[in-house]
Amino acid sequence: MNRVTLIALQALVAIVSILIWYLLTTIPVDGKPLFPPFFFSTPLDVAERIVKWFSEGTIWRHLWITLAEAMLAFVLGSLGGVLVGFWFARQPRVAAVFDPYVKAVNALPRIVLAPIFTLWFGLGIWSKVALGVTLVFFIVFFNVYQGVKEVSPTVLANARMLGMNERQLMRHVYWPSALSWMFSSLHTSVGFAVVGAVVGEYLGSAAGLGYIILQAEMTFDIAGVFAGMFVLAAFVIVIDTMVTLVERRLLVWRPAAAETRA
Amino acid sequence: MTGVQQAIAANAAVRGAMPAVALDDVTISFRMAGNHVYTAVKRASLSVADGEFVSIVGPTGCGKSTLLNVAAGLLAPSSGKASIFGRALAGLNRQAGYLFQADALFPWKTAIDNVAIGLETANVASKLAHDRAQDWLKRVGLGSFGARYPHMLSGGQRKRVGLAQVLIRNPKILLMDEPFGPLDAQTRQIMGNLLLDRWSADRKAVLFVTHDLEEAIALSDRVVIMSAGPAARIIGDWTVNLPRPRDISEVKLDPAFHALHREIWQKLKDEVIKGYAQTGGG
Ligand SMILES: Nc1ncnc2c1ncn2[C@@H]1O[C@H](COP(=O)(O)OP(=O)(O)OP(=O)(O)O)[C@@H](O)[C@H]1O
Ligand SMILES: [Mg+2]
Repeated sequence: MNRVTLIALQALVAIVSILIWYLLTTIPVDGKPLFPPFFFSTPLDVAERIVKWFSEGTIWRHLWITLAEAMLAFVLGSLGGVLVGFWFARQPRVAAVFDPYVKAVNALPRIVLAPIFTLWFGLGIWSKVALGVTLVFFIVFFNVYQGVKEVSPTVLANARMLGMNERQLMRHVYWPSALSWMFSSLHTSVGFAVVGAVVGEYLGSAAGLGYIILQAEMTFDIAGVFAGMFVLAAFVIVIDTMVTLVERRLLVWRPAAAETRA
Repeated sequence: MTGVQQAIAANAAVRGAMPAVALDDVTISFRMAGNHVYTAVKRASLSVADGEFVSIVGPTGCGKSTLLNVAAGLLAPSSGKASIFGRALAGLNRQAGYLFQADALFPWKTAIDNVAIGLETANVASKLAHDRAQDWLKRVGLGSFGARYPHMLSGGQRKRVGLAQVLIRNPKILLMDEPFGPLDAQTRQIMGNLLLDRWSADRKAVLFVTHDLEEAIALSDRVVIMSAGPAARIIGDWTVNLPRPRDISEVKLDPAFHALHREIWQKLKDEVIKGYAQTGGG
Protein backbone atom coordinates (compact mmCIF):
# COMPACT_ATOMS: atom_id res chain seq x y z
CA MET A 1 0.00 0.00 0.00
CA ASN A 2 1.48 3.36 -0.88
CA ARG A 3 1.41 6.39 1.38
CA VAL A 4 -1.39 8.29 -0.28
CA THR A 5 -3.80 5.35 -0.29
CA LEU A 6 -2.94 4.65 3.32
CA ILE A 7 -3.65 8.19 4.47
CA ALA A 8 -6.85 8.28 2.38
CA LEU A 9 -8.08 5.06 4.00
CA GLN A 10 -7.16 6.29 7.47
CA ALA A 11 -9.11 9.50 6.85
CA LEU A 12 -12.00 7.46 5.53
CA VAL A 13 -12.27 5.58 8.83
CA ALA A 14 -12.58 8.90 10.69
CA ILE A 15 -15.13 10.32 8.24
CA VAL A 16 -17.33 7.24 8.32
CA SER A 17 -17.22 7.04 12.12
CA ILE A 18 -18.12 10.70 12.51
CA LEU A 19 -20.85 10.36 9.91
CA ILE A 20 -22.43 7.43 11.75
CA TRP A 21 -22.17 9.34 15.00
CA TYR A 22 -23.81 12.33 13.29
CA LEU A 23 -26.65 10.30 11.83
CA LEU A 24 -27.39 8.44 15.05
CA THR A 25 -27.48 11.59 17.14
CA THR A 26 -29.36 13.94 14.80
CA ILE A 27 -31.70 11.98 12.49
CA PRO A 28 -34.93 11.39 14.38
CA VAL A 29 -36.42 7.90 14.44
CA ASP A 30 -39.94 7.96 15.87
CA GLY A 31 -39.60 11.58 16.82
CA LYS A 32 -36.22 11.39 18.59
CA PRO A 33 -32.68 10.33 17.59
CA LEU A 34 -31.52 6.82 18.41
CA PHE A 35 -28.64 8.21 20.47
CA PRO A 36 -29.89 11.15 22.51
CA PRO A 37 -27.45 14.10 22.26
CA PHE A 38 -27.67 14.53 26.03
CA PHE A 39 -25.63 11.33 26.40
CA PHE A 40 -23.72 11.29 23.14
CA SER A 41 -23.53 14.96 22.13
CA THR A 42 -23.18 15.58 18.37
CA PRO A 43 -20.15 16.06 16.11
CA LEU A 44 -21.17 19.67 15.42
CA ASP A 45 -21.46 20.61 19.09
CA VAL A 46 -18.13 19.02 19.84
CA ALA A 47 -16.43 20.73 16.91
CA GLU A 48 -17.94 24.03 17.92
CA ARG A 49 -16.61 23.58 21.45
CA ILE A 50 -13.11 22.75 20.26
CA VAL A 51 -13.10 25.78 17.95
CA LYS A 52 -14.25 27.94 20.82
CA TRP A 53 -11.46 26.72 23.14
CA PHE A 54 -8.82 27.44 20.59
CA SER A 55 -10.25 30.76 19.38
CA GLU A 56 -10.63 32.04 22.92
CA GLY A 57 -7.21 30.61 23.72
CA THR A 58 -8.26 29.07 27.04
CA ILE A 59 -7.07 25.61 26.03
CA TRP A 60 -3.40 26.51 25.63
CA ARG A 61 -2.71 26.83 29.32
CA HIS A 62 -4.19 23.39 29.98
CA LEU A 63 -2.30 21.79 27.10
CA TRP A 64 0.90 23.35 28.28
CA ILE A 65 0.43 22.10 31.83
CA THR A 66 -0.31 18.55 30.73
CA LEU A 67 2.66 18.65 28.39
CA ALA A 68 4.95 19.92 31.14
CA GLU A 69 3.80 17.23 33.56
CA ALA A 70 4.22 14.49 30.97
CA MET A 71 7.68 15.68 29.95
CA LEU A 72 8.89 15.96 33.53
CA ALA A 73 7.52 12.52 34.32
CA PHE A 74 9.20 11.10 31.25
CA VAL A 75 12.58 12.69 31.92
CA LEU A 76 12.69 11.90 35.64
CA GLY A 77 11.25 8.40 35.24
CA SER A 78 13.68 7.57 32.43
CA LEU A 79 16.63 8.91 34.37
CA GLY A 80 15.74 6.80 37.39
CA GLY A 81 15.00 3.78 35.24
CA VAL A 82 18.32 4.01 33.40
CA LEU A 83 20.35 4.43 36.59
CA VAL A 84 18.66 1.66 38.55
CA GLY A 85 18.45 -0.61 35.50
CA PHE A 86 22.18 -0.29 34.94
CA TRP A 87 22.97 -0.73 38.58
CA PHE A 88 20.88 -3.90 38.93
CA ALA A 89 22.16 -5.40 35.70
CA ARG A 90 25.78 -4.91 36.72
CA GLN A 91 25.22 -6.03 40.30
CA PRO A 92 23.27 -9.29 40.13
CA ARG A 93 23.28 -9.63 43.92
CA VAL A 94 21.57 -6.28 44.42
CA ALA A 95 19.07 -7.26 41.75
CA ALA A 96 18.37 -10.59 43.45
CA VAL A 97 17.74 -8.91 46.80
CA PHE A 98 15.38 -6.29 45.43
CA ASP A 99 13.67 -8.52 42.89
CA PRO A 100 10.50 -9.36 44.87
CA TYR A 101 10.02 -5.71 45.88
CA VAL A 102 10.42 -4.46 42.35
CA LYS A 103 7.81 -6.95 41.21
CA ALA A 104 5.46 -6.07 44.05
CA VAL A 105 5.66 -2.34 43.46
CA ASN A 106 5.28 -2.75 39.72
CA ALA A 107 2.18 -4.89 40.17
CA LEU A 108 0.55 -2.20 42.30
CA PRO A 109 -2.16 -0.28 40.41
CA ARG A 110 -0.71 3.24 40.35
CA ILE A 111 -4.09 4.85 40.76
CA VAL A 112 -4.10 3.97 44.46
CA LEU A 113 -0.98 6.08 44.81
CA ALA A 114 -2.60 9.20 43.42
CA PRO A 115 -4.24 10.39 46.68
CA ILE A 116 -0.98 9.82 48.56
CA PHE A 117 0.94 11.85 46.02
CA THR A 118 -1.63 14.63 46.28
CA LEU A 119 -1.11 14.56 50.02
CA TRP A 120 2.66 14.66 49.68
CA PHE A 121 3.09 17.00 46.73
CA GLY A 122 -0.09 19.08 46.77
CA LEU A 123 -2.58 19.80 43.98
CA GLY A 124 0.00 21.37 41.65
CA ILE A 125 1.90 19.65 38.85
CA TRP A 126 4.29 17.65 41.05
CA SER A 127 1.73 15.12 42.25
CA LYS A 128 0.95 14.34 38.59
CA VAL A 129 4.61 14.17 37.71
CA ALA A 130 5.11 11.68 40.54
CA LEU A 131 2.31 9.49 39.23
CA GLY A 132 3.81 9.56 35.73
CA VAL A 133 7.25 8.78 37.10
CA THR A 134 6.02 5.59 38.78
CA LEU A 135 4.70 4.43 35.41
CA VAL A 136 7.63 5.47 33.23
CA PHE A 137 10.29 4.32 35.67
CA PHE A 138 9.36 0.65 35.50
CA ILE A 139 9.11 0.50 31.73
CA VAL A 140 12.51 2.10 31.27
CA PHE A 141 13.99 0.14 34.14
CA PHE A 142 12.96 -3.25 32.76
CA ASN A 143 14.15 -2.38 29.28
CA VAL A 144 17.52 -1.04 30.35
CA TYR A 145 18.02 -4.04 32.63
CA GLN A 146 17.20 -6.36 29.77
CA GLY A 147 19.36 -4.39 27.34
CA VAL A 148 22.41 -4.68 29.56
CA LYS A 149 21.77 -8.37 30.26
CA GLU A 150 21.10 -9.35 26.69
CA VAL A 151 24.27 -8.08 25.08
CA SER A 152 25.46 -10.83 22.79
CA PRO A 153 28.18 -12.81 24.61
CA THR A 154 30.23 -12.86 21.42
CA VAL A 155 30.07 -9.08 21.07
CA LEU A 156 31.06 -8.77 24.71
CA ALA A 157 33.96 -11.20 24.31
CA ASN A 158 35.05 -9.31 21.21
CA ALA A 159 34.97 -6.02 23.09
CA ARG A 160 37.17 -7.45 25.79
CA MET A 161 39.58 -8.96 23.27
CA LEU A 162 39.79 -5.53 21.63
CA GLY A 163 41.16 -4.25 24.90
CA MET A 164 38.17 -2.46 26.41
CA ASN A 165 38.34 -1.73 30.11
CA GLU A 166 35.25 -1.63 32.30
CA ARG A 167 34.57 2.04 31.54
CA GLN A 168 34.92 1.54 27.80
CA LEU A 169 32.68 -1.54 27.94
CA MET A 170 30.09 0.66 29.60
CA ARG A 171 30.33 3.33 26.95
CA HIS A 172 30.71 1.24 23.80
CA VAL A 173 28.74 -1.89 24.63
CA TYR A 174 26.34 -1.79 27.58
CA TRP A 175 25.16 1.76 27.10
CA PRO A 176 24.26 1.52 23.38
CA SER A 177 22.57 -1.81 23.95
CA ALA A 178 20.56 -0.48 26.89
CA LEU A 179 19.64 2.66 24.97
CA SER A 180 18.38 0.67 22.03
CA TRP A 181 16.09 -1.30 24.29
CA MET A 182 14.96 1.87 25.99
CA PHE A 183 14.23 3.56 22.67
CA SER A 184 12.30 0.58 21.46
CA SER A 185 9.94 1.20 24.38
CA LEU A 186 9.89 4.95 23.83
CA HIS A 187 6.32 4.97 22.53
CA THR A 188 5.07 3.09 25.54
CA SER A 189 6.93 5.15 28.10
CA VAL A 190 5.96 8.50 26.54
CA GLY A 191 2.36 7.26 26.35
CA PHE A 192 2.41 6.32 30.02
CA ALA A 193 3.87 9.70 30.96
CA VAL A 194 0.80 11.33 29.38
CA VAL A 195 -1.53 8.82 31.03
CA GLY A 196 0.05 9.58 34.41
CA ALA A 197 -0.42 13.31 33.91
CA VAL A 198 -4.03 13.12 32.73
CA VAL A 199 -5.15 10.60 35.34
CA GLY A 200 -3.48 12.67 38.03
CA GLU A 201 -5.30 15.77 36.85
CA TYR A 202 -8.54 13.88 36.66
CA LEU A 203 -8.23 12.84 40.29
CA GLY A 204 -7.67 16.33 41.61
CA SER A 205 -6.13 19.42 40.11
CA ALA A 206 -6.73 22.97 38.97
CA ALA A 207 -5.56 22.75 35.36
CA GLY A 208 -4.70 20.41 32.50
CA LEU A 209 -6.62 18.28 30.02
CA GLY A 210 -7.73 15.83 32.72
CA TYR A 211 -9.11 18.76 34.68
CA ILE A 212 -11.12 20.04 31.69
CA ILE A 213 -12.67 16.64 31.13
CA LEU A 214 -13.51 16.27 34.81
CA GLN A 215 -15.11 19.74 34.95
CA ALA A 216 -17.28 18.94 31.95
CA GLU A 217 -18.33 15.62 33.43
CA MET A 218 -19.38 17.19 36.70
CA THR A 219 -21.82 19.50 34.89
CA PHE A 220 -23.04 16.76 32.50
CA ASP A 221 -21.52 18.79 29.68
CA ILE A 222 -21.08 15.84 27.32
CA ALA A 223 -19.92 18.02 24.41
CA GLY A 224 -17.14 19.28 26.71
CA VAL A 225 -16.13 15.73 27.68
CA PHE A 226 -15.94 14.62 24.07
CA ALA A 227 -14.12 17.78 23.02
CA GLY A 228 -11.59 17.18 25.82
CA MET A 229 -11.07 13.60 24.69
CA PHE A 230 -10.54 14.66 21.08
CA VAL A 231 -8.02 17.28 22.04
CA LEU A 232 -6.25 14.70 24.22
CA ALA A 233 -6.21 12.20 21.34
CA ALA A 234 -4.75 14.78 18.94
CA PHE A 235 -2.19 15.78 21.59
CA VAL A 236 -1.10 12.15 22.01
CA ILE A 237 -0.80 11.64 18.26
CA VAL A 238 1.36 14.73 17.86
CA ILE A 239 3.65 13.55 20.64
CA ASP A 240 3.80 10.05 19.22
CA THR A 241 4.77 11.38 15.81
CA MET A 242 7.60 13.33 17.35
CA VAL A 243 8.77 10.20 19.16
CA THR A 244 8.81 8.34 15.85
CA LEU A 245 11.00 11.03 14.34
CA VAL A 246 13.42 10.92 17.26
CA GLU A 247 13.48 7.14 17.15
CA ARG A 248 14.28 7.08 13.46
CA ARG A 249 17.30 9.27 14.04
CA LEU A 250 18.59 7.38 17.05
CA LEU A 251 18.14 3.82 15.86
CA VAL A 252 19.60 4.10 12.36
CA TRP A 253 21.79 1.11 13.05
CA ARG A 254 18.84 -1.20 13.52
CA PRO A 255 17.56 -3.35 10.72
CA ALA A 256 14.08 -2.17 9.79
CA ALA A 257 11.45 -4.09 7.90
CA ALA A 258 10.75 -1.26 5.47
CA GLU A 259 14.34 -0.88 4.42
CA THR A 260 14.22 -2.32 0.94
CA ARG A 261 11.88 0.46 -0.09
CA ALA A 262 13.75 3.20 -1.87
CA MET B 1 54.74 -38.93 25.73
CA THR B 2 52.84 -39.86 22.60
CA GLY B 3 54.38 -39.59 19.19
CA VAL B 4 52.31 -36.54 18.43
CA GLN B 5 53.44 -34.74 21.55
CA GLN B 6 57.04 -35.57 20.79
CA ALA B 7 56.64 -34.15 17.33
CA ILE B 8 55.14 -30.95 18.77
CA ALA B 9 57.92 -30.61 21.32
CA ALA B 10 60.58 -31.19 18.69
CA ASN B 11 58.97 -28.65 16.42
CA ALA B 12 58.84 -26.06 19.17
CA ALA B 13 62.47 -26.68 20.02
CA VAL B 14 63.54 -26.05 16.46
CA ARG B 15 61.54 -22.88 16.13
CA GLY B 16 62.66 -21.15 19.27
CA ALA B 17 62.39 -21.66 22.97
CA MET B 18 59.10 -19.99 23.82
CA PRO B 19 56.07 -20.94 21.79
CA ALA B 20 53.62 -18.10 21.26
CA VAL B 21 50.77 -20.38 22.25
CA ALA B 22 51.18 -23.62 24.13
CA LEU B 23 48.25 -25.73 25.20
CA ASP B 24 49.50 -28.43 27.50
CA ASP B 25 47.34 -31.47 28.16
CA VAL B 26 44.18 -29.37 28.03
CA THR B 27 40.80 -30.91 28.87
CA ILE B 28 37.61 -28.91 28.60
CA SER B 29 34.36 -30.11 30.14
CA PHE B 30 31.04 -28.33 30.24
CA ARG B 31 28.62 -28.77 33.09
CA MET B 32 25.21 -29.45 31.65
CA ALA B 33 21.73 -29.64 33.12
CA GLY B 34 21.19 -32.41 35.69
CA ASN B 35 24.83 -32.66 36.79
CA HIS B 36 25.75 -34.20 33.48
CA VAL B 37 29.26 -33.33 32.34
CA TYR B 38 30.14 -33.09 28.67
CA THR B 39 33.81 -33.39 27.87
CA ALA B 40 34.36 -31.57 24.61
CA VAL B 41 38.13 -31.80 24.33
CA LYS B 42 40.32 -34.31 26.10
CA ARG B 43 44.04 -33.95 26.81
CA ALA B 44 44.93 -31.85 23.84
CA SER B 45 48.45 -30.50 23.50
CA LEU B 46 49.29 -28.03 20.84
CA SER B 47 51.90 -25.39 20.37
CA VAL B 48 52.32 -22.54 17.95
CA ALA B 49 55.80 -21.11 17.69
CA ASP B 50 56.31 -17.40 17.28
CA GLY B 51 55.84 -16.59 13.60
CA GLU B 52 54.26 -19.95 12.85
CA PHE B 53 50.99 -20.43 10.97
CA VAL B 54 49.07 -23.40 12.33
CA SER B 55 45.66 -24.59 11.15
CA ILE B 56 43.24 -26.75 13.06
CA VAL B 57 40.97 -28.92 10.96
CA GLY B 58 38.35 -31.22 12.38
CA PRO B 59 34.78 -32.35 12.04
CA THR B 60 32.06 -29.97 13.11
CA GLY B 61 31.43 -29.84 16.84
CA CYS B 62 34.77 -31.38 17.77
CA GLY B 63 35.94 -28.42 19.84
CA LYS B 64 37.96 -26.17 17.56
CA SER B 65 36.27 -22.97 18.72
CA THR B 66 36.55 -24.20 22.29
CA LEU B 67 40.31 -24.57 21.91
CA LEU B 68 40.60 -21.06 20.49
CA ASN B 69 38.59 -19.72 23.41
CA VAL B 70 41.10 -21.30 25.75
CA ALA B 71 43.99 -19.76 23.82
CA ALA B 72 42.21 -16.39 24.00
CA GLY B 73 41.81 -16.72 27.74
CA LEU B 74 38.03 -16.51 27.49
CA LEU B 75 37.61 -20.04 28.79
CA ALA B 76 39.67 -21.68 31.52
CA PRO B 77 40.46 -25.32 30.81
CA SER B 78 39.10 -27.88 33.26
CA SER B 79 42.57 -29.34 33.52
CA GLY B 80 45.88 -28.73 31.84
CA LYS B 81 47.26 -25.30 31.13
CA ALA B 82 47.67 -22.67 28.47
CA SER B 83 50.81 -20.58 28.20
CA ILE B 84 51.49 -17.55 26.08
CA PHE B 85 55.14 -16.89 25.26
CA GLY B 86 56.09 -19.13 28.16
CA ARG B 87 53.84 -17.46 30.71
CA ALA B 88 50.89 -19.32 32.16
CA LEU B 89 47.73 -17.67 30.91
CA ALA B 90 45.45 -16.26 33.59
CA GLY B 91 42.54 -14.16 32.39
CA LEU B 92 42.43 -12.62 28.96
CA ASN B 93 45.21 -13.14 26.46
CA ARG B 94 46.22 -9.53 25.86
CA GLN B 95 48.68 -10.44 23.10
CA ALA B 96 46.04 -11.99 20.90
CA GLY B 97 43.58 -10.74 18.34
CA TYR B 98 40.56 -12.98 17.95
CA LEU B 99 38.36 -13.19 14.89
CA PHE B 100 35.24 -14.93 16.17
CA GLN B 101 33.24 -17.51 14.29
CA ALA B 102 29.93 -15.84 15.18
CA ASP B 103 29.03 -12.24 14.39
CA ALA B 104 30.97 -10.07 16.79
CA LEU B 105 30.83 -6.59 15.29
CA PHE B 106 29.17 -3.88 17.33
CA PRO B 107 25.80 -3.54 15.59
CA TRP B 108 25.42 0.09 16.74
CA LYS B 109 28.69 1.22 15.17
CA THR B 110 29.35 1.85 11.50
CA ALA B 111 31.94 -0.30 9.74
CA ILE B 112 34.64 2.33 10.11
CA ASP B 113 33.83 2.93 13.79
CA ASN B 114 33.96 -0.82 14.33
CA VAL B 115 37.46 -0.95 12.88
CA ALA B 116 38.68 2.20 14.61
CA ILE B 117 37.50 1.15 18.06
CA GLY B 118 40.36 -1.32 18.51
CA LEU B 119 42.81 1.58 18.30
CA GLU B 120 40.70 3.98 20.31
CA THR B 121 40.69 1.58 23.24
CA ALA B 122 44.46 1.83 23.11
CA ASN B 123 44.16 5.64 23.41
CA VAL B 124 44.96 6.45 19.79
CA ALA B 125 43.37 9.79 18.89
CA SER B 126 40.05 9.35 17.13
CA LYS B 127 41.10 11.16 13.95
CA LEU B 128 44.21 9.05 13.50
CA ALA B 129 42.35 5.87 14.39
CA HIS B 130 39.76 6.62 11.73
CA ASP B 131 42.39 7.36 9.09
CA ARG B 132 44.03 4.05 9.79
CA ALA B 133 40.64 2.32 9.87
CA GLN B 134 39.88 3.71 6.42
CA ASP B 135 43.16 2.25 5.14
CA TRP B 136 42.24 -1.10 6.59
CA LEU B 137 38.77 -1.05 5.10
CA LYS B 138 40.37 -0.38 1.73
CA ARG B 139 42.70 -3.30 2.23
CA VAL B 140 39.81 -5.68 2.81
CA GLY B 141 38.00 -4.23 -0.20
CA LEU B 142 35.39 -2.19 1.65
CA GLY B 143 36.80 1.31 1.30
CA SER B 144 33.48 2.86 0.32
CA PHE B 145 31.39 0.96 2.87
CA GLY B 146 32.71 2.69 5.98
CA ALA B 147 29.43 4.44 6.75
CA ARG B 148 27.37 1.23 6.72
CA TYR B 149 26.08 -0.47 9.81
CA PRO B 150 26.75 -4.20 10.13
CA HIS B 151 23.17 -5.16 9.24
CA MET B 152 23.65 -3.43 5.88
CA LEU B 153 26.61 -5.68 5.05
CA SER B 154 26.60 -9.23 3.73
CA GLY B 155 27.94 -12.07 5.86
CA GLY B 156 31.22 -12.06 3.97
CA GLN B 157 31.56 -8.30 4.18
CA ARG B 158 31.01 -8.46 7.93
CA LYS B 159 33.78 -11.05 8.21
CA ARG B 160 36.10 -8.73 6.32
CA VAL B 161 35.28 -5.81 8.60
CA GLY B 162 35.98 -8.16 11.50
CA LEU B 163 39.34 -9.04 9.98
CA ALA B 164 40.23 -5.36 9.69
CA GLN B 165 39.03 -4.80 13.27
CA VAL B 166 41.46 -7.41 14.55
CA LEU B 167 44.43 -6.72 12.29
CA ILE B 168 44.46 -2.96 12.90
CA ARG B 169 45.59 -3.65 16.46
CA ASN B 170 48.60 -5.55 15.15
CA PRO B 171 48.43 -8.34 17.73
CA LYS B 172 51.38 -10.70 18.22
CA ILE B 173 49.07 -13.70 18.04
CA LEU B 174 46.15 -14.12 15.67
CA LEU B 175 43.32 -16.48 16.53
CA MET B 176 40.99 -16.95 13.59
CA ASP B 177 37.86 -19.06 13.68
CA GLU B 178 36.72 -19.88 10.15
CA PRO B 179 37.30 -16.31 9.03
CA PHE B 180 36.55 -17.12 5.41
CA GLY B 181 33.57 -19.32 6.12
CA PRO B 182 30.84 -17.29 4.37
CA LEU B 183 33.02 -16.02 1.53
CA ASP B 184 32.74 -17.21 -2.05
CA ALA B 185 35.64 -19.17 -3.55
CA GLN B 186 37.18 -16.15 -5.32
CA THR B 187 37.01 -13.78 -2.37
CA ARG B 188 38.31 -16.59 -0.20
CA GLN B 189 41.45 -16.73 -2.29
CA ILE B 190 41.85 -12.97 -2.34
CA MET B 191 41.44 -12.79 1.42
CA GLY B 192 43.74 -15.77 1.92
CA ASN B 193 46.44 -14.10 -0.13
CA LEU B 194 45.89 -10.86 1.75
CA LEU B 195 46.30 -12.71 5.01
CA LEU B 196 49.48 -14.44 3.83
CA ASP B 197 50.77 -11.09 2.64
CA ARG B 198 50.19 -9.44 6.02
CA TRP B 199 51.54 -12.47 7.77
CA SER B 200 54.80 -12.63 5.83
CA ALA B 201 55.34 -8.92 6.48
CA ASP B 202 55.64 -9.37 10.25
CA ARG B 203 55.23 -13.09 10.94
CA LYS B 204 52.66 -13.24 13.66
CA ALA B 205 51.82 -16.52 15.29
CA VAL B 206 48.54 -17.66 13.76
CA LEU B 207 46.12 -20.27 14.98
CA PHE B 208 43.61 -20.73 12.21
CA VAL B 209 40.47 -22.85 12.34
CA THR B 210 38.88 -24.06 9.15
CA HIS B 211 36.69 -26.80 7.74
CA ASP B 212 38.53 -26.63 4.48
CA LEU B 213 41.54 -28.91 4.36
CA GLU B 214 42.82 -27.41 1.09
CA GLU B 215 42.73 -23.96 2.58
CA ALA B 216 44.53 -25.21 5.69
CA ILE B 217 47.36 -26.76 3.69
CA ALA B 218 47.67 -23.80 1.33
CA LEU B 219 48.03 -21.30 4.18
CA SER B 220 49.85 -23.11 6.94
CA ASP B 221 53.21 -24.26 8.20
CA ARG B 222 51.47 -27.00 10.13
CA VAL B 223 48.07 -28.64 9.96
CA VAL B 224 46.60 -30.17 13.09
CA ILE B 225 43.71 -32.62 12.88
CA MET B 226 41.20 -33.21 15.64
CA SER B 227 39.08 -36.29 16.13
CA ALA B 228 35.31 -36.16 16.37
CA GLY B 229 33.83 -35.27 19.77
CA PRO B 230 32.95 -35.92 22.50
CA ALA B 231 36.32 -36.01 24.19
CA ALA B 232 37.95 -34.94 20.96
CA ARG B 233 41.72 -35.34 20.78
CA ILE B 234 44.40 -34.08 18.48
CA ILE B 235 45.11 -37.03 16.24
CA GLY B 236 47.54 -35.71 13.73
CA ASP B 237 50.06 -32.99 13.13
CA TRP B 238 51.54 -32.47 9.69
CA THR B 239 54.25 -30.09 8.65
CA VAL B 240 53.62 -28.40 5.32
CA ASN B 241 56.87 -28.04 3.46
CA LEU B 242 55.66 -26.02 0.54
CA PRO B 243 57.84 -23.06 -0.44
CA ARG B 244 56.94 -19.53 0.63
CA PRO B 245 55.83 -17.01 -0.42
CA ARG B 246 52.81 -18.87 -1.68
CA ASP B 247 49.97 -17.92 -3.89
CA ILE B 248 46.91 -19.85 -2.83
CA SER B 249 45.64 -20.75 -6.28
CA GLU B 250 49.10 -21.70 -7.53
CA VAL B 251 50.15 -23.74 -4.54
CA LYS B 252 47.15 -25.96 -5.09
CA LEU B 253 48.67 -27.10 -8.39
CA ASP B 254 51.84 -28.33 -6.69
CA PRO B 255 52.13 -32.18 -6.67
CA ALA B 256 53.49 -32.06 -3.11
CA PHE B 257 50.27 -30.30 -2.12
CA HIS B 258 48.22 -33.16 -3.53
CA ALA B 259 50.29 -35.84 -1.86
CA LEU B 260 49.90 -34.17 1.53
CA HIS B 261 46.22 -33.55 0.97
CA ARG B 262 45.63 -37.22 0.21
CA GLU B 263 47.58 -38.29 3.26
CA ILE B 264 45.70 -36.02 5.69
CA TRP B 265 42.33 -36.63 4.12
CA GLN B 266 42.69 -40.38 4.68
CA LYS B 267 42.82 -39.72 8.39
CA LEU B 268 40.25 -36.94 8.47
CA LYS B 269 37.58 -38.72 6.44
CA ASP B 270 36.89 -41.36 9.08
CA GLU B 271 36.60 -38.68 11.74
CA VAL B 272 34.16 -36.60 9.74
CA ILE B 273 31.89 -39.61 9.33
CA LYS B 274 32.21 -40.39 13.04
CA GLY B 275 31.43 -36.77 13.88
CA TYR B 276 28.05 -36.90 12.18
CA ALA B 277 27.20 -40.29 13.67
CA GLN B 278 27.96 -39.17 17.23
CA THR B 279 25.68 -36.14 17.26
CA GLY B 280 22.84 -38.30 15.96
CA GLY B 281 23.20 -38.01 12.21
CA GLY B 282 22.53 -40.79 9.71
N1 LIG C 1 28.95 -23.57 26.66
C1 LIG C 1 28.82 -24.86 26.27
N2 LIG C 1 28.10 -25.71 27.02
C2 LIG C 1 27.97 -27.01 26.64
N3 LIG C 1 28.53 -27.54 25.56
C3 LIG C 1 29.27 -26.74 24.78
C4 LIG C 1 29.46 -25.36 25.09
N4 LIG C 1 30.22 -24.80 24.14
C5 LIG C 1 30.49 -25.79 23.26
N5 LIG C 1 29.93 -26.96 23.65
C6 LIG C 1 30.03 -28.26 22.97
O1 LIG C 1 31.39 -28.53 22.79
C7 LIG C 1 31.62 -29.12 21.53
C8 LIG C 1 32.66 -28.32 20.77
O2 LIG C 1 32.12 -27.07 20.37
P1 LIG C 1 32.91 -26.08 19.43
O3 LIG C 1 32.09 -24.86 19.27
O4 LIG C 1 34.28 -25.90 19.95
O5 LIG C 1 32.93 -26.91 18.07
P2 LIG C 1 33.68 -26.54 16.72
O6 LIG C 1 34.74 -27.56 16.51
O7 LIG C 1 34.10 -25.12 16.72
O8 LIG C 1 32.53 -26.79 15.66
P3 LIG C 1 32.22 -25.97 14.31
O9 LIG C 1 33.22 -26.41 13.30
O10 LIG C 1 30.85 -26.43 13.95
O11 LIG C 1 32.30 -24.53 14.62
C9 LIG C 1 30.28 -29.18 20.83
O12 LIG C 1 29.80 -30.50 20.91
C10 LIG C 1 29.42 -28.23 21.60
O13 LIG C 1 28.09 -28.71 21.63
MG1 LIG D 1 33.48 -23.47 15.81
